[in-house]
Amino acid sequence: MRDLVIIGGGPAGMSAAIAARESGIQDILILERDGQLGGILQQCIHNGFGLHMFGEELTGPEYAWKYEKKVNELGIEYKLNTMVLDITEDKIITATNSSDGVFQIKAKAIILAMGCRERSKGALNIAGTRPAGIYSAGTAQKYVNTMGYLPGKNVVILGSGDIGLIMARRMTLEGAKVHAVCELMSYSGGLARNIEQCLNDFNIPLRLEHTVVEIHGKDRLEGVTVARVDQNRKPIPETREYIPCDTLLLSVGLIPENELSKKADIKLSGVTNGAVVDQDRHTSCEGIFACGNVLHVHDLVDFVSKEAEIAGKSAAEYIKSGKKQSFVIPIKADGKIRYSVPQIITEAKDVTVYFRVSDVYKNAKIVITDGNKTVLSKNKAKLAPGEMEKITLKAEQIKSVKELHFCLEV
Amino acid sequence: MIERKLTCIVCPLGCELTVTLEENRVLEVRGNTCKRGEAYAQNECTNPKRTVTSTVLCEDGCTVSVKTDEPIPKEKIFECLEVINSTTARLPIKIGDVIIKNVCGSNIVATQNRSK
Ligand SMILES: Cc1cc2nc3c(=O)[nH]c(=O)nc-3n(C[C@H](O)[C@H](O)[C@H](O)COP(=O)(O)OP(=O)(O)OC[C@H]3O[C@@H](n4cnc5c(N)ncnc54)[C@H](O)[C@@H]3O)c2cc1C
Ligand code: SF4
Repeated sequence: MRDLVIIGGGPAGMSAAIAARESGIQDILILERDGQLGGILQQCIHNGFGLHMFGEELTGPEYAWKYEKKVNELGIEYKLNTMVLDITEDKIITATNSSDGVFQIKAKAIILAMGCRERSKGALNIAGTRPAGIYSAGTAQKYVNTMGYLPGKNVVILGSGDIGLIMARRMTLEGAKVHAVCELMSYSGGLARNIEQCLNDFNIPLRLEHTVVEIHGKDRLEGVTVARVDQNRKPIPETREYIPCDTLLLSVGLIPENELSKKADIKLSGVTNGAVVDQDRHTSCEGIFACGNVLHVHDLVDFVSKEAEIAGKSAAEYIKSGKKQSFVIPIKADGKIRYSVPQIITEAKDVTVYFRVSDVYKNAKIVITDGNKTVLSKNKAKLAPGEMEKITLKAEQIKSVKELHFCLEV
Repeated sequence: MIERKLTCIVCPLGCELTVTLEENRVLEVRGNTCKRGEAYAQNECTNPKRTVTSTVLCEDGCTVSVKTDEPIPKEKIFECLEVINSTTARLPIKIGDVIIKNVCGSNIVATQNRSK
């Protein structure tokens, strides 16, 4: 029997482990399927991480190293090259690696920190052939940054989330020509700073309300046809345009990696694809916590680390004194607010609620009510789906309500 | 007097800045949330700089991630990359090690550990 087992040794797993140790838990084990700690950050070699946590601009690997060093200093145990295959409601973990074979561990508490994966191109219905030269942006990032291999010379990118933008610059720096970044929506899902420093710096055109409608080429990609879309996001035939290219990168979103959570029957949210959690990041399964990208996709790793600290501390509390849940206040998002994390509150203490909106809104007002009267409101000059927002509710505000409604007045 | 619109890239907030310029002199910066935005606008209009990140090939065929330890002039980015791409690094490498000295006014430092 172990006190705490953490699944995933990315920034979330490491930060949760450190927080749990600092809250007095000695017996902690991190299980990581990769050959090193750090998760996806090891391939995110660009800078821009850590401004919130450390007040300085770090690259992904440097950010990961700060935590890895701490994990080592605190003597927190971890197993690399170890893949978790199964978890159960009773917190029995089945894992495998080459030295121990398949083994089982029972834990008092588990923290899920498996991160996310990219939506696959199979999910995209683009007409035409399926030649070589089509990659997800994250796979291309791995090739270029960890193997020093450039997947192609003439590139079109579909999707303008941050990974797509970062890869547009990265491929350009390595000598490729990026002909266009196409975005179905009328706005980019990426950060404004990335549009500036990844596209504008290199005169890479961002084509909003455009998509790839056809793929050409037999063995190797030869080109793509792009077209403008109308308000219903249907391609307009007259705007079809052929762009010769040998590489198409797909950056069409990330989904939390929750295969394991499903096995333990943890309640998942249809909106985030992650677990439904309370303010402690406690899932519906007692003693199992979740944090980082496995819970909901974050744009900034700093927020991942912060969230993981909450999960680590809460798991420590749970191990020491069990669960004390006396009530459940659901948080309901009105649709313009797409989701919140946590989705429920089970204790009257100060709670910071993170949320995302579903469209770009200007001069909007966030209004939080108990169903009738306003509990808290805040004006916002600009809100965008790509940027996570947060708002803190005070213990007194929570104490007297049965439910909370998060609404956006525009 | 001319006005120039910029997006501040110093932090993820990405404030939209409006800079009033007279003969390349910055008279006023608006739209910034903090002081760093003003400094950014000042530099961006006179001597734009960027931190460059890339990878250097190691002697064993692997790569190590690197960065310029100071931002370099924007127009020198590709010159800097040429030096980076023509270098092979000796192992082992510790994070923070200088891999190449003085390239376009900055050192190229490792951002990863690499053992032999
Ligand atoms: C391709 C890609 C590129 C990204 N680029 C950026 C970027 O440029 N900038 C940015 O701010 N954010 C980026 N992100 C977001 C970034 O992932 C998060 O900010 C942060 O790394 C999330 O931390 P995490 O610990 O939750 O997940 P991860 O970093 O993904 O770590 C999860 C860890 O869990 C391990 N794991 C998963 N399943 C198992 C299992 N069954 N058994 C054992 N171990 C397991 C994985 O190997 C991994 O090490 C990117 C994400 C992806 C997917
Ligand atoms: S002005 Fe300040 S707050 Fe705004 S983006 Fe720049 S650094 Fe960030």
